[in-house]
Amino acid sequence: MRILAKGLTYTYNPKSPFASQALKGVDISIDEGEFFGIIGHTGSGKSTFLQHLNALIRLTGGFLKVGEYDLSDKKCNFLELRSKVGMVFQYPEYQLFAETVEKDVMFGLKNFRKDMSDEEMKAAVKEAIETVDLDYEEIKDKSPFELSGGQKRRVAIAGVIVTKPEVLILDEPAAGLDPLGKKEIMDLLHAIHGGWCKTIVFVSHDMDEIAENCTRAAVFSDGRVVMEDTPAEIFKRSDELISLGLDIPVTAKCARILKERGIEIETDFTSEDFIAKVLAAYAAKAGA
Amino acid sequence: MLNDVTFGQYYPVKSFVHNMDPRAKIVFMIAYIVAIFLADNFFALATAVVFLLFVVLLSRVPFGRVLRSVKMILFLIIFTAVLNLFFYSGSSSYQPLVDWWIITITYESIINMIFLALRLFLLVMGTSVLTLTTTPVALTDGIESLLTPLKWIRFPVHELALIMSIALRFIPTLMDETNRIVAAQKARGANFETGGLIKRAKAVVPILVPLLVSAFRRAEDLGDAMDARCYSGAKGRTKYKKLVFTWRDLLGLLLLAALITGIVFLNQLGGKFEILSYFL
Repeated sequence: MRILAKGLTYTYNPKSPFASQALKGVDISIDEGEFFGIIGHTGSGKSTFLQHLNALIRLTGGFLKVGEYDLSDKKCNFLELRSKVGMVFQYPEYQLFAETVEKDVMFGLKNFRKDMSDEEMKAAVKEAIETVDLDYEEIKDKSPFELSGGQKRRVAIAGVIVTKPEVLILDEPAAGLDPLGKKEIMDLLHAIHGGWCKTIVFVSHDMDEIAENCTRAAVFSDGRVVMEDTPAEIFKRSDELISLGLDIPVTAKCARILKERGIEIETDFTSEDFIAKVLAAYAAKAGA
Repeated sequence: MLNDVTFGQYYPVKSFVHNMDPRAKIVFMIAYIVAIFLADNFFALATAVVFLLFVVLLSRVPFGRVLRSVKMILFLIIFTAVLNLFFYSGSSSYQPLVDWWIITITYESIINMIFLALRLFLLVMGTSVLTLTTTPVALTDGIESLLTPLKWIRFPVHELALIMSIALRFIPTLMDETNRIVAAQKARGANFETGGLIKRAKAVVPILVPLLVSAFRRAEDLGDAMDARCYSGAKGRTKYKKLVFTWRDLLGLLLLAALITGIVFLNQLGGKFEILSYFL
């Protein structure tokens, strides 16, 4: 499903002293099969934009199409759209509620897939829990509140992917985790990207995460998209990112320092490529 | 659906009423409530209405905003008014208009109904003006200050004020949290808008459980944070914002005194039913 937004605007609490315009005209296009990153400050409109994608916030201005669903159409089937566009919120573990892990993961299925039998549902739940790398037999009858923080987050993610959405949206899926936990979540997303969900869109404040993982990314600032490109092209413009008050990946920081010393490195800013290029430059210099 | 709770929501503009001392405003409000129940004929009540309109005008809060808080209890007002209309049986000196089964409607019961509805209406409007023009923090400060005499009988005034301000402080936080949880469950296909009563009640479980869990988590965090800053109650605590009684408050209270005097004076014109003798 392709996501296409044109001139999207949204204002919270319109016509009151608390009114604030969160989106001031967002243009974005995300193709099917992408692993798309979204960067931006708190309050830059990222979350508001994401919530438009499965109609949690109703379209009030502009144009938005997700696959064949035209969200400006009042007759659009929102329930069906939501089953195809999965949404994992920030700290998804805080939405767990059922007595057992199995029941919690099944919640989405019961809402969306009224045609499935109990056995089919249980099989789907098992598959989802195993996809997020947890032991189904061990965990299914436990209360979600007994689990560790990392396990809870995985269960919450399983609860969203269980319906096999075509697009999976995640708002800072790795927030609050340690470096190992962050890497595990990213690996998990890559695993899901292969089979379960065709397109992945995620918000991150960690620029290394964006540089290492995304096919393309967009930079939000003050309710608009100011850059939309591959991470390699975006981080070439690190001066602009810094002037927007954003961070840049470690590789870009190193490249800047090297540039000050007169060494230009052509890289796509993934650590693997960067190290290889630096070593090559070093070898060339040592040889000369 | 949760954004409609305007009851007690601060409306941030600068005005004479906003700048008044919260203590004066609280006293003002209580006295105003007494005044509207004191008013015993239409002239007196009309004075109270005009006075309220004047205060709303002075507060620069849009009139529609104040009315919105009445909307919430409109049903209650209508309900009590209708009950009064049907079942009030004053010592009627006039022929009842309707007398059927247990329902009697008399001229008196109609007047009584109008009085009751108007009084409730003014009551809610009046209290809304207070909460619309006073921040929750100022309000609790005011209440704490007004309750200070109770400390002599070892009543924990400071703790009570603290509980109140914490509760008020967390209303918007929990509201945000609720909205987030609602959105998250909606994204998983939850449906809160359709279905029968039982189905809807059941649909609330996926919201209430995470909300409660998070409220407890926040309470523990807050307790830890207070401990870490050596919070130990009221003893030796000073205030960041001191309350000061100014000319505004004096003027306001003088106006109020004038209102009450006026109402007492107008009450001398006769009881609320005497108006009937002009028409009948």
